[in-house]
Amino acid sequence: MKRLGNFLSAAAPPAEIVMGNTALVRAMLEAGVRVATSYPGSPTPEIASAILALPKEKNPLYFEFSTNEKVALEVACGAALNGHLSCVFFKSVGLNVAADSFMQLSLLELPGGMLIILGDDPGANSSQNEQDNRHYARQAYLPLFEPASPGEAYQMCKEAAALARLHKSAVVLRLTTHVCHAKEKLLFEAWQPEEEPGQPPRFTASGGEHIPLGSQVFAMKRRALQRLEAYRAYGEASSFVLEEGTASPRGIITAGLPYLSLLDVLEAAGGEKPDILKLGLVHPLPRQRLVSFLQRHQEVKVLEELDDVLEREIKALAYEEGLETRILGKSDLEDWLGEYTPAKTAQVLHKVWPDLAPPPAAAAGEGRMPAPRPPQLCPGCGHRSAFYAVRQALAPLDITVADIGCHTLGYLEPHRMGQVLLSMGHSVATGSGLSLGQRSRRVVAFLGDSTFFHAALPAIVNAVFNQHQLTLILMENGTTAMTGHQDHPGSGRNANGPAPQLTLRRVLEGLGVGNIREVDAYQQAALRQMVGDALGEEGFKVIIARHPCMLKWLREARHSGKKTPRPVRIGPGCTQRRLCLEQFACPSFQRQADGRVRVQEELCIGDGSCRQTCPDKAIESAKGGEKP
Amino acid sequence: MKLDIYLIGVGGQGIGLLSEALLRAADRAGLTALGVDTHGLAQRGGTVVSHVRLGPAAHSPLIMPGQADLVIALERHEALRGLLSHGRPGGTLVYCDTSWQPLAVRLGREAEATAEEIAAAAAQRRIRVVAVDPAGLAEPRLQNVRLLAELCHQQLVPGVRPQHYVAALTDLLQGEALAANLELFHRYLC
Repeated sequence: MKRLGNFLSAAAPPAEIVMGNTALVRAMLEAGVRVATSYPGSPTPEIASAILALPKEKNPLYFEFSTNEKVALEVACGAALNGHLSCVFFKSVGLNVAADSFMQLSLLELPGGMLIILGDDPGANSSQNEQDNRHYARQAYLPLFEPASPGEAYQMCKEAAALARLHKSAVVLRLTTHVCHAKEKLLFEAWQPEEEPGQPPRFTASGGEHIPLGSQVFAMKRRALQRLEAYRAYGEASSFVLEEGTASPRGIITAGLPYLSLLDVLEAAGGEKPDILKLGLVHPLPRQRLVSFLQRHQEVKVLEELDDVLEREIKALAYEEGLETRILGKSDLEDWLGEYTPAKTAQVLHKVWPDLAPPPAAAAGEGRMPAPRPPQLCPGCGHRSAFYAVRQALAPLDITVADIGCHTLGYLEPHRMGQVLLSMGHSVATGSGLSLGQRSRRVVAFLGDSTFFHAALPAIVNAVFNQHQLTLILMENGTTAMTGHQDHPGSGRNANGPAPQLTLRRVLEGLGVGNIREVDAYQQAALRQMVGDALGEEGFKVIIARHPCMLKWLREARHSGKKTPRPVRIGPGCTQRRLCLEQFACPSFQRQADGRVRVQEELCIGDGSCRQTCPDKAIESAKGGEKP
Repeated sequence: MKLDIYLIGVGGQGIGLLSEALLRAADRAGLTALGVDTHGLAQRGGTVVSHVRLGPAAHSPLIMPGQADLVIALERHEALRGLLSHGRPGGTLVYCDTSWQPLAVRLGREAEATAEEIAAAAAQRRIRVVAVDPAGLAEPRLQNVRLLAELCHQQLVPGVRPQHYVAALTDLLQGEALAANLELFHRYLC
């Protein structure tokens, strides 16, 4: 087997197929990144997996999963202030959490240089929105690169690092989901780890130059704007601005993955090829290059995914320059939605130049499309057991507030637990608000354990401080499950090894929560009773419903060669009430043609959490195997 | 040479290994190979897809709907879904004939997909169907490599030979898992 860490840390690795996220790690090593931080979130966790796969003796990087994105950004900023090239990476919406400090970065001088790698998610593949983080770079006066492929991600990451060092600043690298996860064959440049990694600390603070207060703010802001102009000058000459074509009267300005979609669409259409200007640095824009391209074309389509960031700036530029080029931006609201896949790009282009992109093809024939298969809680998941029990304790009009994590999936039928979702850790405060001005509808908020540490602590303090009438159910599974089982402050381990374990109860007690209950999430009767009792009590109540993530447990058990339990069986006592199938809804229970319940043995992990749901006591556990 | 391969299955079925092995085998055979997998939340029992694009004409890692020369499905409902969404008329569908019922089927709201239904939809599109029966496999987690053996046996990826698939699996697995997968691969090869 090829080991990712050995390959990534080789002096001169052979050409190899790699994912965009993996290519970034090689770029970090070659660029000399010394400190990397993150909070797990798709589409970026594989960057951390690749860093953690590096052999310890060859790894010059300090890496940590911080408690949230803001903390991660600040740790990386501190390292850069001290002269270490640093890198922070997280998902799109993570930048909202980090924004308070992100906005300050351009005001500072960062001797080490700093990279901010964002995994944006057009198409909302695994996020609660598809926000366009190019806006943030504009607002924060920071340069932003946008690679289209793993190869470009590798090259641009190294270039961004060199520029960050040169200008003592932060530089943003914005990848989108299918650039992070795209795979292609790359040949990396040679790299030798330095004998003595690291440098003497370079942090200097002679006269408050890092404190943006008073009139100092304007000097710092002026420097930020001047630096941005230096990046613009770089962009004018950058080899990452590509121009292709043969002097067509029509041109297309684009960037990122939509560029590759465009090539596919034009190739499939096989007709006339418009000229293409592909941007690499999308903020600040290379004005002269754009003006030159506009001047040479009668019509220019701005092909950009999500918002009209390029379009507005290019139209303003054309106005200032008095250009008569017809600039075609977004045609309608649909152009603002979704990822610009090749199919979407064909639709977008068809609206402006129907001769270049054929109309969307009609279906090739009949057939019944199966119902969508959204993700679901795994067999044996403690969250399913908890939702099943909590639901029985609630009145029909009670309000349930979802949060982010695997347990968000409780909103799907049949559980229907969690009726509103904003962001990481919102549930306690949103629930507090829902409880105001009424007494008839009781409010229950859900929250996972990693999210508890990430963003919920201030809201819990608020609920204590302002005495909100709310029941919080902490769904503790001991890990950050949804993003791939990363450790968190309650795990007793961090990314580098054993760490102090912060138990939920002790943290809650320290925050002043007086009303705390704990139960294993498989104990459905006890949990149901606790929820019923808590709902009748005054003030802020917390129930910790705990069960280890069974997917993680199962993988570890298989890995260590442990014998796992046999699947459950449906015994002769079954009278086909089908609660296991229709109410508990473990995917292991399947419906036979005659309506009877069958256990899909490929799926059942033998945990037996379903047995208590059967009024006939017909679900039987097999003997043997290590119980979870 | 241009071949677009759309893989589809249910999170947890091992589609990642299958697509990675396919990509690496094609690369070993000297083909230009590009791909992308589903990561993140969908891996929790939802529909997962992978795109593998072979040949120098592919730019985006994503295949257009209705354009896949080859659809490979690890499950029957997903086979029907992948055939209808991405199958190219005249192409091929290879699927593992096992059923992991979606919720709508489990709740009795929708009928379970059948092999006949798939055959009828495929016939309308002149798509050749290869259904692989997973019965006889000691371990359901070997279904992905069982499909890989079928691709090799029927030479569905032109130019990619048994040794390329074996080299790819050897890149990705070790120990008992490698031995079990190679044994299976060779058993179904001829």
